[in-house]
Amino acid sequence: MHDKTVTQLAAALKSGELSSRELTSHFLQRIEKADGSLNSFITVTAEQAMSQAAAADKARADGKAGKLTGIPLALKDIFCTQDVKTSCGSKMLDNFIAPYNATVVEKLRAAGTISLGKTNMDEFAMGSSNENSHYGAVKNPWDLSAVPGGSSGGSAAAVAAGFVPAAMGTDTGGSIRQPAAFCGITGLKPTYGRVSRYGIIAYASSLDQAGPMARTAEDCALLLNVIAGHDVRDSTSVARGVPDYTETLNAPLSGLKIGLPKEYFGDGLDPEVEKAVREAVKVYESLGATVREVSLPHTHYAIPAYYVIAPAEASSNLSRYDGVRFGHRCDSPLDLQDLYTRSRAEGFGEEVKRRILIGTHTLSEGFFDAYYTKAQKVRRLIRQDFLDAFEDVDVLMGPASPTPAFDLGAKKDPVSMYLQDIYTIAVNLAGIPGISVPAGFAGGRPVGLQILGTHFAEAQLLNVAHQFQQATDWHTQLPAFAEENA
Amino acid sequence: MQWETVIGLEVHVQLATRSKIFSGASTAFGAEPNTQACAVDLGLPGVLPVLNEQAVAMAVQFGLAVHAEIPEVSIFDRKNYFYPDLPKGYQTSQMYHPIVGAGEVEITLDDDTTKRIRIHHAHLEEDAGKSLHEDFQGMTGIDLNRAGTPLLEIVSEPDMRSAKEAAAYLKAIHSIVTYLGISDGNMAEGSMRCDVNVSVRPKGQEAFGTRAEIKNVNSFRFVERAIAFEVERQIELIEDGGKVVQETRLFDPERDETRSMRTKEEANDYRYFPCPDLLPVVLDQAYLEHLRSQLPELPADKRARFQNELGLSAYDANVLSASREMAEFFEEVQRVCGDAKQAANWVQGELSGALNRENLSIQNSPVSAQQLGELIRRVLDDTINGKAAKQVFQALWNGQGENADAVIEAKGLKQVTDTGAIEAMIDQVIAESPAQVAQYRDSEPEKRGKMIGYFVGQVMKASRGTANPQQVNGVLKEKLDALL
Amino acid sequence: MALEESHVRRAAHLARLAVSDDQASGFVDDLSRILDMVDQLQSLDTDGVAPLAHPLDATQRLRADEVTETNQRDAFQRCAPAVENGLYLVPRVVE
Repeated sequence: MHDKTVTQLAAALKSGELSSRELTSHFLQRIEKADGSLNSFITVTAEQAMSQAAAADKARADGKAGKLTGIPLALKDIFCTQDVKTSCGSKMLDNFIAPYNATVVEKLRAAGTISLGKTNMDEFAMGSSNENSHYGAVKNPWDLSAVPGGSSGGSAAAVAAGFVPAAMGTDTGGSIRQPAAFCGITGLKPTYGRVSRYGIIAYASSLDQAGPMARTAEDCALLLNVIAGHDVRDSTSVARGVPDYTETLNAPLSGLKIGLPKEYFGDGLDPEVEKAVREAVKVYESLGATVREVSLPHTHYAIPAYYVIAPAEASSNLSRYDGVRFGHRCDSPLDLQDLYTRSRAEGFGEEVKRRILIGTHTLSEGFFDAYYTKAQKVRRLIRQDFLDAFEDVDVLMGPASPTPAFDLGAKKDPVSMYLQDIYTIAVNLAGIPGISVPAGFAGGRPVGLQILGTHFAEAQLLNVAHQFQQATDWHTQLPAFAEENA
Repeated sequence: MQWETVIGLEVHVQLATRSKIFSGASTAFGAEPNTQACAVDLGLPGVLPVLNEQAVAMAVQFGLAVHAEIPEVSIFDRKNYFYPDLPKGYQTSQMYHPIVGAGEVEITLDDDTTKRIRIHHAHLEEDAGKSLHEDFQGMTGIDLNRAGTPLLEIVSEPDMRSAKEAAAYLKAIHSIVTYLGISDGNMAEGSMRCDVNVSVRPKGQEAFGTRAEIKNVNSFRFVERAIAFEVERQIELIEDGGKVVQETRLFDPERDETRSMRTKEEANDYRYFPCPDLLPVVLDQAYLEHLRSQLPELPADKRARFQNELGLSAYDANVLSASREMAEFFEEVQRVCGDAKQAANWVQGELSGALNRENLSIQNSPVSAQQLGELIRRVLDDTINGKAAKQVFQALWNGQGENADAVIEAKGLKQVTDTGAIEAMIDQVIAESPAQVAQYRDSEPEKRGKMIGYFVGQVMKASRGTANPQQVNGVLKEKLDALL
Repeated sequence: MALEESHVRRAAHLARLAVSDDQASGFVDDLSRILDMVDQLQSLDTDGVAPLAHPLDATQRLRADEVTETNQRDAFQRCAPAVENGLYLVPRVVE
């Protein structure tokens, strides 16, 4: 069962071949047995999951089942869940139980899906390797000495390991697409505002977006159908109709115009990764697409701009963790300042502190214009690069990451870690959607092909990704770890 | 040296919305601690703000009322600082693109002259909670019910030159917001709070002196007292060779002084930047026109109309237009009795006196505008005289009688104008006062006018106040002079 | 723009983060490298470019002025470190 897609499992549930209880207990057993070596979950909610599975089976017996009723999933531990701890990978929130559900969680519940638990992540979603979690690093099921990517590393590893058929992640600078690439699964970052951010713990509010992570584009389409849409509780969510993303999956690709940004094939790109990506592009040509080189001239400035804007927003977003109303509070504070400074120093990890300090510094008097205003101007130029490119081509393709998953502990210097996100980060600054699909291997570790579309082009991205998966079988390959723990 | 005072005011007005500016929690005053602080107000992780349309409408109405420019786009920024009553570690405010641009307010001074005070801008922001310092084992308690209440911060230019002008400006703002109904203006409950920027400079000097900001000036009276103290402090300081430092000072009404709030705290750095959780607020022309069409007549317009159309004095027009309730009461009295001057006299005289004695607001007046108008009409048509009118007013105040006519009837206060009856009363008074008549007769002619008052008084007494005083006067003079 | 330890100290103070002397010098190193990378922005000509705060050109929607929240103090204060009589407690705030 663990190697099946959501689509396949939904069919099996519908036909009565399987019950949700069987399915749920099967996945729970796999987690129980093998997550000790991956550390992909922070919290497993076995009991609640089994009772939800029983309710799903009853709904099905009563003829009230929807497409996804009874399907087990996992949630990145950044989605607030009523009555279940939401830690955001931080000691600061180790004791935090939200009194509400995120809108995404509500929608998934309403669709009848079952949460098996909360997955590990880089603290406050700040990281590209999942080594920044208070709950320890997550390992890549393809190679336990490699990172799974981040910040949604737990969700990616759990899907790759066959602990769940799909999981929810969030993506602020590549946090869905890069771990999906590293773990050989499919991960979609929707257009900014397509999915409600309500109840998702904020890292950088103008960049954060939630999306599905699964084996296939088809599964991502099913899940996006559920979570997309306007939310009155999120001012930045977009009031725009949600199409049925599964309906256009099989549209033919003949005449599709693909652009290859030349900046995405430059220095620092691992040759094997490049080879895999170029092979994938050939597959598209065989499907009738045309390919041309395009330029995104400000690509080089995306990481610098991001490391002003994201930390600035984060420094403000994380001010609410002050030890007063929730979260970690230091022992016996001497006075108010001691309460603040010690609670925060104890509750936050190193990377979070670095970003709070950078953000505070760049927003402060005398630096604001040179950093923040400048970065916002560059942000406009970066967005314009994409809009210009989409005048000429339908989608852009390139690698999701310059290298396959690197070894745990390999990147000690924060800047070298940041540079990993060179191909994903501009997408968040521009607010456009992107998807990473498995496209081969480099040194035995998965390679992700990233496909980008213009604002609200999710249906097209899913169609383009799905057609690739109809023509290739990279997405069906499982790590040995998943089989050994069957 | 001659000194000139320069004053600017920042007035925080709590807008009278039902729910908070960014959440659906109630804004009602006086609830149990933290029972009206929802997840958004508490700044719990993951929750997001959504802007209240009424807060926007109220801010724009104020802008229109002060003839301000209303920019098409306004933007919310975050003002970052840590304080226990500020749950998110930032206050959502508008630093760079406020909802209301430059405008002006006309104030009326004691000598009934007017002056225009420019408004720099007004912006929307959220209120903070409250720190309660009662002893909780040496701890401070935080109540966040008020957190997220919408505030309109109205920032004036430094156009005021005296404490009196500052108080007049604050009153003008108060009357505008209460006329508009966008705030209850209750200063005691903190619905209107005021920070005062004060500096002094030698008369004739163009450059401003260094200013001090006085916080916590929360009544009209305190504004005057705080400024008076602060001006004196600054002048003394400079004349003694010292320098005013730019700082925040707190007004202590009990000691009637201002004192420095923070001694060691270095200058704050609020790191304003656009709030990424809120989008630009865009207001189109049709929306502004819609709100403009719904504006009530404002204090300045009313004041002008009272003077120009109703012929009231500047003083009367100013007093009667000061609050919407007062103005509406007066206008109703005027409409019923048909005489603006009499209506103004009665509302400011008998009625205001009675209200003040019993500490009642005009909305709670036991005598309605209709009743008062009818009463005045009976004076104007000579049904009763002035003296009787006061009795009728008192009776109406005490609830003795439906209206003036009923009281006049019941108490027999109808004025006696029958010459025969008046003559009979006069004859009797003259007959009963031989000594006074003799005195009258023996007086110098020019002193007799004064002495007639005694006889008038006696006749009025005999008529229980109902005789027409002019008639009594005339007939008396004739009869007494006939005795000479 | 070179970063000095005083900048780190000031940022730590504004952000209310306790930073020891050892940590401070580590942060100076890390943050300096990050800012060196960020400083590439300065080489780009952005004259005449308007800052972009949101990726979409959307405008704020407004909420009807209705009270939709009920009292959930007990639920909200279950995750609070110190409360008494419904109030959140902090060390004495000196005015």
